[in-house]
Amino acid sequence: MTGTTLPADLTRATAAGLAQALAAGDVSAVEVAQAHLDRIAAVDGTRDADGVATGRAVHAFLHVCAESALADAKAVDDARAAGQTLPALAGVPIAVKDVMATRGLPTTCGSRILQGWVPPYDATVVANIRAARMVVLGKTNMDEFAMGSSTEHSAYGPTRNPWDLDRIPGGSGGGSAASLAAFETPLATGTDTGGSIRQPASVTGTVGVKPTYGAVSRYGLVALASSLDQAGPCARTVLDTALLHQVMAGHDPMDSTSLTGEYPDVVAAARAGATGSLDGVTVGVVRELSGDGYQAGVLRRFEESLAVLTEAGAKVVEVSCPSFTVALAAYYLILPSEASSNLAKFDAMRYGLRVEPGGVAVPTAEQVMGATRAAGFGDEVKRRIILGTYALSSGYYDAYYGSAQKVRTLIQRDFAAAFGQADVLVSPTSPTTAFPLGDKLENPLAMYLQDVATIPANLAGVPGMSLPSGLADEDGLPVGLQILAPAGADDRLYRVGGALEAILTARWGGSVLDRVPDLSAALATAANGATR
Amino acid sequence: MTVTDTTEAVLAYDDVVAAYDPVLGLEVHVELNTATKMFCGCPTGFGAEPNTQVCPVCLGLPGALPVLNARGLESAIRIGLALNCEIASWCRFARKNYFYPDMPKNFQTSQYDEPIAFNGFLDVELDDGSTFRVEIERAHMEEDTGKSTHVGGATGRIHGADYSLVDYNRAGIPLIEIVTKPVEGAGERAPEIARAYVAALRDLLRALGVSDVRMEQGSLRCDANLSLRAKVPGAAPGSAEQRAVPLGTRSETKNVNSLRSVERAVRYEMTRHAARLAAGLKIVQETRHWHEDTGITTSGREKSDAEDYRYFPEPDLVPMSPDPAWVDELRGTLPEPPPQRRRRLQAEWGFADLEMRDLVNAGAVELVEATVAAGAAPAAARKWWSGELARRANADGVELAAMPVTPAQIAALQGLVDAGTLTDSLARQVLEGVLAGEGEPAEVVESRGLQVVSDDGALGAAVDRAIAENPDVADKVRSGKVAAVGALVGAVMKQMRGQADAAKVKALLTERLAPADSTTDVSTS
Ligand SMILES: [Zn+2]
Repeated sequence: MTGTTLPADLTRATAAGLAQALAAGDVSAVEVAQAHLDRIAAVDGTRDADGVATGRAVHAFLHVCAESALADAKAVDDARAAGQTLPALAGVPIAVKDVMATRGLPTTCGSRILQGWVPPYDATVVANIRAARMVVLGKTNMDEFAMGSSTEHSAYGPTRNPWDLDRIPGGSGGGSAASLAAFETPLATGTDTGGSIRQPASVTGTVGVKPTYGAVSRYGLVALASSLDQAGPCARTVLDTALLHQVMAGHDPMDSTSLTGEYPDVVAAARAGATGSLDGVTVGVVRELSGDGYQAGVLRRFEESLAVLTEAGAKVVEVSCPSFTVALAAYYLILPSEASSNLAKFDAMRYGLRVEPGGVAVPTAEQVMGATRAAGFGDEVKRRIILGTYALSSGYYDAYYGSAQKVRTLIQRDFAAAFGQADVLVSPTSPTTAFPLGDKLENPLAMYLQDVATIPANLAGVPGMSLPSGLADEDGLPVGLQILAPAGADDRLYRVGGALEAILTARWGGSVLDRVPDLSAALATAANGATR
Repeated sequence: MTVTDTTEAVLAYDDVVAAYDPVLGLEVHVELNTATKMFCGCPTGFGAEPNTQVCPVCLGLPGALPVLNARGLESAIRIGLALNCEIASWCRFARKNYFYPDMPKNFQTSQYDEPIAFNGFLDVELDDGSTFRVEIERAHMEEDTGKSTHVGGATGRIHGADYSLVDYNRAGIPLIEIVTKPVEGAGERAPEIARAYVAALRDLLRALGVSDVRMEQGSLRCDANLSLRAKVPGAAPGSAEQRAVPLGTRSETKNVNSLRSVERAVRYEMTRHAARLAAGLKIVQETRHWHEDTGITTSGREKSDAEDYRYFPEPDLVPMSPDPAWVDELRGTLPEPPPQRRRRLQAEWGFADLEMRDLVNAGAVELVEATVAAGAAPAAARKWWSGELARRANADGVELAAMPVTPAQIAALQGLVDAGTLTDSLARQVLEGVLAGEGEPAEVVESRGLQVVSDDGALGAAVDRAIAENPDVADKVRSGKVAAVGALVGAVMKQMRGQADAAKVKALLTERLAPADSTTDVSTS
C-alpha cells in the first residue's frame, strides 16, 4: 500500500479514504463491497419470510442486494483496469433509504402495502448514485412512509441503535443512520420531511444534512409531504457527507420544484471548515430551540459546542424566532394534509398489496380499496391520513390548512430576520438522546416533540445539518448539534460543521463513533438472552 | 342499486315554457391536441392499444412527479383570450381528491379557485341569425382520467358489471374545462341555445387549432346543468323581475356526445323537471346519464353540495405567472372569430345560408377556402367538399380534413374540368385515383387514360352508329320529342366508355336529327 491510511478493517474507513484508495488501486471495489456485506451479515440480523426482523440485531437493512453490489463493484474494477476515468466515489458502497424508487430492487417504504413492489424506474437521486458508479448495498429500514421518529413504525420491525440495541436509532431514517453507526456502510441516503435525516444522525452519533428544498430532486422519492420532503446525504464525517451531497444534488427537469442556477461547492466548504477557523462567522443561537423540554446532557453538550465555536473565531449571538413555538402545530396540519392526498394512490388497483374483503362474492373496487388500506397501512399512517383528511375538509380548510400556511410564512420571516443577524443558526438537533424502544409508542405527541427543533427548517425550506457534539453525561449516548443556514447557502453548514468536527475530534482523539460499543459482544449477549 | 326512474313522467314542452323559466349551466371539457400529455412526455394519439401510452408519471407510480406541458398552458391562455376572458397574472394547480380506479393517483390535478382564465363571454349565433351572449365563468386546466370499460351487466355501467378494465392511455391528456355562468333569459330557446353554444365553442376551438373537437371520440364533452324556476307572469325571460326568483334545484346531465344530443337532453330535462314540479315533487340534485338511443336521462350518482374534494394547492407544481408580454403575443395569434369569418367568406363566395351552414357542419370551410385559394371557383370548391368528398368521408367514417387529398389537388382537378379535359363523371374517376394514392390528378388522367375524346371524327362515327342502331328513338327525336335524345346520348357515352363530353354529344345528335324544316345551320359535317 502506498500513501493511503486505510484501516485494516475496511468498514472503518471513511468514504473519502476509500475513494482515494480505490483510485490509487490500493484496494479493489469488490474487496470493499465484500467487507461491508460481511459486516452486514455479521451484525444486521435476519428476517423471516415476510420480511419481519427476527432476533435482537441492528436490522438496518430491509433488503440487501449482495449479488448486484458485487457485480457493480466488479464493473468498477474492470473499468478502472481498462484505464477509464471514473467519478470520485466510484466503487464506494452506499445504502439507500427504502423510500427511494430503485429499478429492479424492492421499494416498500417500510409499509406492508408496498410489499413486493419492484419499481420499473430509478429515482433521480438513485440514478445520480449509479452514474457516480457507487455500489448500492441495499435498502434501509424506515418508519412507514417516513412517518415517525424511531423506525418503530416500520411494518418490518424496528431498527436498533448500535449504541444500545434496546434503544431507537431515530426516525424515520433510522435504518440509514444505524447502518452508518454499525459500520455496515460508509454512506447512506436519507429523506427529511421534519427531521428524518437530522434526528437519526443526532441519536446515532453520525452526520446528516437536509439540503435546501429543491436542491436534490424529489423525483422517485415516494412522497410523504411534497412541500416539505427533501432528500439528503448521511455519513460518519462532514467531508463524506459533502462528497455524497455533491453526487445527489443538481437540477432535475423531472421535478418542477427543483432549483436552477448556481449551487455552492459543499466539498470545498467542508475542506475549508476542516482548517478549524471560523473567523468572521456569526453564529446565532435560537432562543426558542433550547431550555425547557431538553435533556440536561443535551444542553451541556450544546453549551460546550458554543464555546468551541467561539474558540474557533466565530461570534456567537442570541436570536429570537418567536413563531418557532407554533411550528410543530403547523407542521402537523400541513404534513397530514399533503400525506392524505399523496397516500391515496395506494389502492390495490395497480401495484402492491391487494386484499379482497371477506364475506363478499364479487367485491366492488371501493371494497377492495378499503380492505387493502385497512390491512396495508399501520396505525401511525392511518392516524395521519385521518388527520389530513379532516384538516382539508370543506369548512375546516381555512382554519387548519390555511392557518398552517400562514404560520409557515411567519416562520420564513423569522428565519429571514435571524439570518440578518447571523450567518448560521445553531441548536440541539433533538431534545433527547436515543430513548428506549417502546418508550413513546403509545404517546404520539411525545414522539412528535422529538422533531421540535428540526421542523422549522422544513417549513421554511432552509438547509440543516446535524453532527455529533459528544456524549451525554447521564447516559453516554450521542448528542447532535444542528446547524441551519439560509436557503441556497448549504456550504455554510459544511464550513461551520467541518470546523466544529475538526476541533472536537482533535479534543477527543478520534471520532465519537470510536466509542460505539463492540456490536459483536452485544450480539453475543443477545444470543445468550435469546436462549434463556 | 336498482334503477327506479327510467320512465319518469314528462310535461309537454309548450306547457313547460309557459310555466317555467329554464336556467342553463354548461361545462365543456376539451382535450387539447398537444403531442404529449399535460404532465409527462407520453404521446396523446387516439386509438392506441390500451395502456401502451403510459409512464410512471401518468400511471401515478410512487415517487413520480408532474412537469407542466408548456404547450398546454399556451393553449389554455389562447382559449381564455378567445373567450374574452381575463388571464390570471398568477395561478396554481390544485388537487381534487377522490377515489376512483381510473384515476391513477386518486386525485386529479386540476385548478380550483385560481383558474388560468375567468370572466369572459361567447357570442352565439342562433338559427334565425340572432346572437345570444353566453357569459363564461372560467376556463381552467386539468388532466384527463383513464377510461373504464365495465364488462358484463346490462348497462355498461359499473353497477352490475362482472369486472372492469381501465385504459390509462387517456390519463394525463390535457383538458380545458370551460364553465359558463348561469345562462339566464334563454326561455323557450334554451335547448337551441345550449346546442348553439357548444357548436360555437367547437368552431372557435377548431379555428384556434388547439383541439380535434371530435365529440364522438370524446375530445369535446359536454355536461349540461339545468334548473327550472317559476315563470313570473308577464315578465320577459332574463328580465330583472324574472332573475329575482331564486334558482331551482339543478340536475347535471353527463356525457352528451353530439350537438343534437345537447339540444335533446336539455329539452328532455326541462320536461322532466317540469313534470316533477307540477306534481309537487322535489328535484333531486344529482348527475344524470343521457341515453342517445331512447332520448331520456336516468339517475346517476346523487351529488350534494357537500361532496368534498378536499382541494388544496398542488405542491408538486410551481405557481404559474404568465409574462404579460407573452400573453399579448398570444393575443396576436388569435384567429378571426368564426362567425365573423363565416359571414365574410359567405359574402365573398356568394353562398346561400344553407350552403354555408352545410360547409360549417361538415368542417369544410377551411378546405373550401384553401381550394379557392388554389384557383378553383368557390361554387365548384363547395360542390366537391360538401358533395363527393363529404359522401366518401362519411362512408369511410373519417374526418373530411383527413381524406387523402389536398385542396390544391381538388383545385387542379376542377381546372381539368374547366378546361374541358374531363367531364364531371371522369373527374370523379380521377378523384378515386388520387384518393387511392395514384398521384396528382394530371398523372391519374394519364395513367388511367381518362381524358375526354375530343376527336370529332371518332365522336361523329359513334353518333352515327347510335342513330343507326336506334332508329325508333331517332325518329322520335326527328318528330320533335327532344327529350328522347337522352337515350341516344347514353348510347354514345357507352360506346365512348364515358370519355366524351356529353354536351357535345348532345349537340351533335340534335344537329343530325334536326327536323327538315329546321333553320339550324348545318354547314359542318
Ligand atoms: Zn406518461
